[in-house]
Amino acid sequence: MIKLIVGTEAMFFLALIMAFVYFSFSPDFRSHQLLSLDLKSTGVFSILLFSSSFTFWRAEVCYRKGNLKQLKGWLLLTILLGGIFLFGQGREYLSLLNDHITISSSIFGTSFFTLTGFHGLHVFAGLIVISIITCLAFLGDYDKPGSSVIGAVGIYWHFVDIVWLFVFIIVYVIPHF
Amino acid sequence: MKAIRLPEPRKPIPNLSVSDNQGLLQWISSVDHKQIGIMYLWLSVLFLVAAGCEILLVRIQLAIPNNHFLDPEVYNQLFTMHGTTMIFFVAMPAIFGFNTYLVPLMIGANDMAYPRLNAFSFWMTFFGGLLLYFSFLAGGAPDAGWFNYAPLNQYNYSSSPGVDYYCSGLLIAGIGTVTASANFVVTILKYRVNSMNLKQMPLFVWMILINSFLILAAFPSLNAALVMLLLDRQLHAHFFSAQGGGSAILWQHLFWLFGHPEVYIVILPVFGIFSEVFPVYSRKPIFGYTFIIGSGMAIALLAFGVWVHHMFATGLGNTVNSFFAASSMLIGIPTGVKIFNWLATMHGGAIRFKVSMMFAIAFLIEFTIGGLTGISFTLVPIDWQLTDTYYVVAHLHFVFIGGTLFGLFSGLFYWFPKMSGRILDEKLSKWFFWLFVLGFNTTFLVQHALGAMGMARRVYTYPNLPGWGALNLISTIGGFTMAIAIGLLVFIIIKALKTGKKATKDPWDANTLEWTTSSPPDFKNFDFVIPVKSTRPFRDLKRPEDADWKKTDNNG
Repeated sequence: MIKLIVGTEAMFFLALIMAFVYFSFSPDFRSHQLLSLDLKSTGVFSILLFSSSFTFWRAEVCYRKGNLKQLKGWLLLTILLGGIFLFGQGREYLSLLNDHITISSSIFGTSFFTLTGFHGLHVFAGLIVISIITCLAFLGDYDKPGSSVIGAVGIYWHFVDIVWLFVFIIVYVIPHF
Repeated sequence: MKAIRLPEPRKPIPNLSVSDNQGLLQWISSVDHKQIGIMYLWLSVLFLVAAGCEILLVRIQLAIPNNHFLDPEVYNQLFTMHGTTMIFFVAMPAIFGFNTYLVPLMIGANDMAYPRLNAFSFWMTFFGGLLLYFSFLAGGAPDAGWFNYAPLNQYNYSSSPGVDYYCSGLLIAGIGTVTASANFVVTILKYRVNSMNLKQMPLFVWMILINSFLILAAFPSLNAALVMLLLDRQLHAHFFSAQGGGSAILWQHLFWLFGHPEVYIVILPVFGIFSEVFPVYSRKPIFGYTFIIGSGMAIALLAFGVWVHHMFATGLGNTVNSFFAASSMLIGIPTGVKIFNWLATMHGGAIRFKVSMMFAIAFLIEFTIGGLTGISFTLVPIDWQLTDTYYVVAHLHFVFIGGTLFGLFSGLFYWFPKMSGRILDEKLSKWFFWLFVLGFNTTFLVQHALGAMGMARRVYTYPNLPGWGALNLISTIGGFTMAIAIGLLVFIIIKALKTGKKATKDPWDANTLEWTTSSPPDFKNFDFVIPVKSTRPFRDLKRPEDADWKKTDNNG
């Protein structure tokens, strides 16, 4: 089930990315990208998001081995890393808005905010779900092995990170070459 | 294969006694796949009547040249709502009704994999449709056509909130569609009765499986386009507004990347219905079981490579046009394979001309006409000449009505005794069949000629050129004949539900598992499921000496 959902979500992001790439061929688009986006700081926040995939993978392994204490620790760390990424995104949005770059200011703003915004929304949804399973872990729902919940959430979370890999490369990295 | 897991709770939930005599409350709160399936079907009938009334008004307007029965603004709203409703709230819910009702029964399961998600999917479709129709009260229905092209869909050109309701209504219904499809895939792959392997699944179930993947891949493109359009209209983004640097062509790409698979989405399940109907009424096994599955998969894959044939007139260049012309011709082949499968199934069979079978045979003829006019569009110069004329209108109605709707009628007359436990009046049903087929051909055959003469679609009136008035009047008369036929159908159904003869559990001497349980099935479909050793398990049980699994050549 979760694989089907992730598959259909992938098609959704494909459409958004296609729109972004389509517009990136228009004049001024690249200079907008280079001028308003900071590769370094977003790169740091991206690395934190990618490492949250690692921490969640550790959580999955700990659950399979029945190591409950470490499971809870890795889950909390995942939430922290995801939260920092969202904070970074919020910071970036704020600075863009201060520069009067909004969703209605130009075609760059339109496609940038839509693509990264929908990704951020997916990170946010993932954080809510991970928070719920963390609470459940503390309440003892995962004391026994055999639940498929953590694995299913994992597929979603890794998917969100992989999407960001593509978004990051297309939106932030490629204009520098 | 995992053991079958029944979704019933192991012990009764305290203080909650659900019985089948709670009336409306029982239906609203139901998570039973049969009740949800029937609600889907009634929803479809409700919107069929609404969209039918809209198009009757349009046909009155077009009955004579230079008519002023409707304003241009109202006319635009009516044809837009007609198209949108027929695709998203008639064809789709009707198909999902059959799917939801029949898939668990045909694979020997007691319910869908996720019963509550199933209810969620239905109610999303329901409220999506209501939201779309609320636009009439909120200041004007959408008026940019069912494919809602930019820049017409932009605020400057359509300032009533109609297009916003179009976006939100279709988004909500679209989410329901996607969740339902995921539900079908899991149900089919995980909840089949132990002894049924994939190659013994009924072809209807196979088509639903293929179709569900098609939906999961195609609908996100529509949803993304709708979200972008909402952002354009509500937050002044610039996706599709050319003056802001956006692109009107992008909407067409995104929409038809969904839209062309969508036409296969509404036809593949119907191919599944015919693959059940033809063998039963021909008293023969289906001809080429594996070929029907294979061509279904080929259609599903090719469906994503043909969308630009809706856009030949946009000037994308010869290379692009030639590629998509070739791919569009290619997709005709697997569809043709299926037509020959059904013809060969009938060949030499003891055919029983029940209404269901009559619709199936009529389908073969009408759908082939629609298919041939479709092939004519792959020739780019012909497409340039005919695009946006009534020739296109005639083509798409021959495939939607002559294909999808005839299939749905065929399925309705075939499975109605199972769903309701009643027999439909055969004589009146035949009247309905002939009236509808006659009305349908009267309405749309002449539109080929009108289109070839250059009459543009979506224009609220036309000049009094030679022949135009007469042909349009014929078309209008045909439209009203169809409306009378639909009225008769509703009467036949209600009459059967009230006073119809009781149906036995297997009135057609059929082959598949749904006919082994009572008509209508109890809340719990099966207490036990008969062994499945071939594609026709019920026939094997009824004729053990001639069972399919005993034969060496079981390719059918």
